[in-house]
Amino acid sequence: MTERWRIRVFLVAGPIFLGLYCYAAMNLPAWGSYRGPYGDAISRLVVYQRHATDAVNAINYDYRAFDTLGEEFILFTAVLGVMMLLRRPDDVAMRRAKVSDEGKLSTTVRAIAGPALLVTVLFGLYIALHGQLTPGGGFQGGVILATGPLLVYVCENTKAFRRITSHAAIEVIEALGAGGYALIGLSGLAMGVPLFTNILPLETTGDVWSSGTIAVISACVGLEVTAAFLLVVFTYLEEIISGQVPQE
Amino acid sequence: MQHVLNCTPYFVAAWLFFCGLYGLVTSRHLVHSVISLAILQSSTYMLLLGIGYRVGGAAPVFVGIAPGQLTVDPIVQALMLTDIVVEAVVVALLLAMVVKAHEKSGCVSPTDLRTMRG
Repeated sequence: MTERWRIRVFLVAGPIFLGLYCYAAMNLPAWGSYRGPYGDAISRLVVYQRHATDAVNAINYDYRAFDTLGEEFILFTAVLGVMMLLRRPDDVAMRRAKVSDEGKLSTTVRAIAGPALLVTVLFGLYIALHGQLTPGGGFQGGVILATGPLLVYVCENTKAFRRITSHAAIEVIEALGAGGYALIGLSGLAMGVPLFTNILPLETTGDVWSSGTIAVISACVGLEVTAAFLLVVFTYLEEIISGQVPQE
Repeated sequence: MQHVLNCTPYFVAAWLFFCGLYGLVTSRHLVHSVISLAILQSSTYMLLLGIGYRVGGAAPVFVGIAPGQLTVDPIVQALMLTDIVVEAVVVALLLAMVVKAHEKSGCVSPTDLRTMRG
């Protein structure tokens, strides 16, 4: 379809869709007067049933754990896809690229990035491990943790980045994260209860070691997300990191 | 007027949706298409979080508030949380496809990608 035709179809279909959408939006309950019963039920019961104070994570890693497993594997598959698409065939001749970043950056950048790295890693671990108590959890903590090695990449050079994100180790961590989640769900089946039943002791509400499997699954997701983001960055920067580009 | 104000999040969602869709329709560069798609998708965040909002509702974190207190809907928040991370990686996958498309066919315009070549 040429661009002109694409715009014509858009100009016809767009207003029709907009009209139907406005009609639907006008008939929705007014903003702020949501009437869904499920959220309320979970809000009332989550502290008693799961000893978790963050309802959002209790839903993600317990009530809706099966769905989140699916989302987790979308993440896993997408990263796999990026790596397969961008991998170089073995028979392509490589040559040294002109990319050179052996030199160190200014002392100021390095002096600030060091403490920043410490804060980032601590904050990421805190967010990933306290998902059952406060807003946060594995997904958010994983993203924060993945920026740690990127800070090293910014303030040091690619050699340091390569040392941290040694490819095989990251792949194993990602597999551990994804597999650990599935194993926690399946171990319920092995004990004769439904999939993703909260089988661990719930302990005291408000404790870091409370809420049973929610905390463990959150940590697994944290591992998986950290590794996934690092693998994507590693794959995109592979030519710069390895200093090898395909010969023309 | 009150009714229009009540619908504000839904109109913001529609605005984001049409920004993304317009970008996709008029796109002349595949990277531009991918970013437009990401904007189009972000309209769903606005729509669902808007539906889950509740006047006077607290955040669904039961630290310092009674367990029975009125909160905004935690379910849509849980849905959005996973989706944001997954979207970032899916955008990375699409960009990898763009890189490969450019490598195979030498063009980055959606209009020029007429035929599939194995």
